[in-house]
Amino acid sequence: MKPLEDILVIDLSQFLSAPSATLRLADLGARVIKVERPKTGDISRQLHVSNLKMNNESPLFIAVNRNKESFEADLKNEVDKQRVLKLIAKADVLVHNFRPGVVERLGFDYETIKKINPKIVYGNISGYGDEGPWKSKPGQDLLVQSLSGLTWLNGNDGSGPTPVGIAIADILSGSHLVQGILAALIKKGKTGIGTKISVSMLESIIDFQFESITTFYHDGGEPTVRPKSNSAHAYLGAPYGVYKTQNGYFALAMGSIPFIGELIGCNELAEYPEPASWFTKRDEIKTILANKLNTNTTEHWLSILEPADIWCANVMDWETLFNQDGFKSLDMIQNVRMGDGYEYKTTRCPIKIDGEYFTSTLGSPSLGEHTDKISQEFLA
Amino acid sequence: MKLPLEGILVLEFSQFMAGPSAGLRLADLGARVIKIERPGSGEAGRGIALKNLFLDGSSLVFHTVNRNKESYTANLKDADDLDRVKKLIEQADVMTHNFRPGVMEKIGLDYKTVQNINSKLVYASVTGYGTEGEWVKKPGQDLLIQAMSGFAKLTGDKDDNPTPVGAAVSDLITGTHLAHGILSSLLKRIKTNKGALVEVSLLESTLDLQFEVITGYLSDNNQKPNRAKQGNAHAYLGAPYGVYQTKDGYLSLAMGSLTNLANILNISQLASYSDPNSWYEKRDEIMDVLRAFLIEKNTQDWLDILEPKGIWCSDVFDYKKLLNHEAYDLLKMDQKLPLISGEEIHTTRCPIRLNDERLFNKKAAPRVGQNTEAIIKEFNL
Repeated sequence: MKPLEDILVIDLSQFLSAPSATLRLADLGARVIKVERPKTGDISRQLHVSNLKMNNESPLFIAVNRNKESFEADLKNEVDKQRVLKLIAKADVLVHNFRPGVVERLGFDYETIKKINPKIVYGNISGYGDEGPWKSKPGQDLLVQSLSGLTWLNGNDGSGPTPVGIAIADILSGSHLVQGILAALIKKGKTGIGTKISVSMLESIIDFQFESITTFYHDGGEPTVRPKSNSAHAYLGAPYGVYKTQNGYFALAMGSIPFIGELIGCNELAEYPEPASWFTKRDEIKTILANKLNTNTTEHWLSILEPADIWCANVMDWETLFNQDGFKSLDMIQNVRMGDGYEYKTTRCPIKIDGEYFTSTLGSPSLGEHTDKISQEFLA
Repeated sequence: MKLPLEGILVLEFSQFMAGPSAGLRLADLGARVIKIERPGSGEAGRGIALKNLFLDGSSLVFHTVNRNKESYTANLKDADDLDRVKKLIEQADVMTHNFRPGVMEKIGLDYKTVQNINSKLVYASVTGYGTEGEWVKKPGQDLLIQAMSGFAKLTGDKDDNPTPVGAAVSDLITGTHLAHGILSSLLKRIKTNKGALVEVSLLESTLDLQFEVITGYLSDNNQKPNRAKQGNAHAYLGAPYGVYQTKDGYLSLAMGSLTNLANILNISQLASYSDPNSWYEKRDEIMDVLRAFLIEKNTQDWLDILEPKGIWCSDVFDYKKLLNHEAYDLLKMDQKLPLISGEEIHTTRCPIRLNDERLFNKKAAPRVGQNTEAIIKEFNL
């Protein structure tokens, strides 16, 4: 039995943040009904990603909405609205990511919903919270990253702000929403009392940077300075970084600099016995390391450093990774199938419980695919 | 307000970042989290510092991820200490650890053994690469996982080295997944009265983090990530998506119609890119045109033009700008917690709000063994 079996989730959200949360709930066993506007549905169905269409839809949409059902309804139409409210009356969880103010206008705000379903767990994601100068700004991942300081943590000094190349704020806020929803479901299970859970992409991406922001609070507010080269962390000393080798790249995390120097045959590194200097002199140490590591192959350095318990790894792309036995034994890729028979491969839920991976063969729904079935089941 | 996890007792054998970040979230949501630490030096994370910063004998990083927890010291290789820990486990709801596979079996606190002590316990573990396969013995460290998972190939510009994210992204995303597994198992336990074994790994979680792009990759003849020449923000998204230098700073532009953007800015050179497919295929040349244009004015000038037209754009802040901004002030995202030493930790709070209330903590991270005596008495160990 999956842990969330019998949990019904009504999902009014679109794009990635909240839908990534309901994907997790679905994988853990919940039934997720995605309410979509007629004709277009979730806007991300048509979002351009590298000009790739999968079964005529965006790969983003079909990756994040598998294992869900689609119910077509126009929330601005009174008849449709009543039908959705009836569904919500039977649900355990409601999720949305409308901008502040919109949900009140539509009549799906917590105060209203609580009256028809007092036990409901009501989850919402906004871009920047529900007040302040940014509340009406679009809650879009790159914009949130840009405002949060995150782009100054990645890349080398002098290379300009460097955003994370995936929708990290969306995914973290979705993940935090799941945490809040599950905790609230536990409370509901024990006491019968519902809860409103709110997260924002901005707060989530600040939480993500709690180590470096706390550092900023304690170092007198010094500017974030990234290493001049081989950067992997603005606040960590050498050797922490990625280095070019003769045939690829090599990641080197932590370890004593003189000891690493001894292992790789680099006498110059003996000049840095003081651990504090590994941070204060990281740029010169990294240059010495980079020059040395570029004289041989990744495999060569791994064969020397790994047995000595130095934390290091080959930098792989997906093609290389997917061919490794260590990856194959994880069984991380699953096949799913849409209602019309279209099949695609995607990753599975990363959580294993009682030795079981929670896979599902259900692909993403076509728009309104389950409207009739859901109507008969809940609205007849 | 009564917090949702009040009454839940969590024993944290985890060290460093991934496991403790899950424990922190459970604590934020109302659970009581007791760290089980080795006598003397405590958990290894106390010694791992950013910028060599320490507070009251432990690294600032340790304080950041262990706020709102208690500390109980035990030498797990000592029979008496182990017995006391087992008595504590009897009364706990959750335990977490991130030892490499095999270590808990040697100590005698593996899932099977512990199930006999407490069948209702949710037992949660974090590994680097899962519990079987060729990498079982490899250290599960954040940078190594970013390197091995393909993730480092997604960030930075075309000619840059693979560019890891400068925060513990694998650890932290794995911690959120561990919390998901623990919480869903606690929920199921209400019905079944039975515990569960929850397992996550840094590698699987970091692959899950990339699920959208991996799904596209698998369906598109394994098309490798293609970072933009300059100002890259996403390897698979077309222009204008990216970061641009302005006269006095930077401007981020997210997805949207290039045609619309070109019209608003009156850039005639972009008129020929009317086919949306070209926005990805000819991304570098389009971004060159935009770059040459956007450098001419200050960021705020561009925002004044673009925001009212509904273009998704923003300034690019560093910590100084963000943390001194009115919007940040209104979030009330920070908190100050007193330490026994008389010092104070200034850090962030839980990002989740319950019934519109923010969750602030009352206590900072504990000293090694700070609560050992009190816990021995309270739990009759």
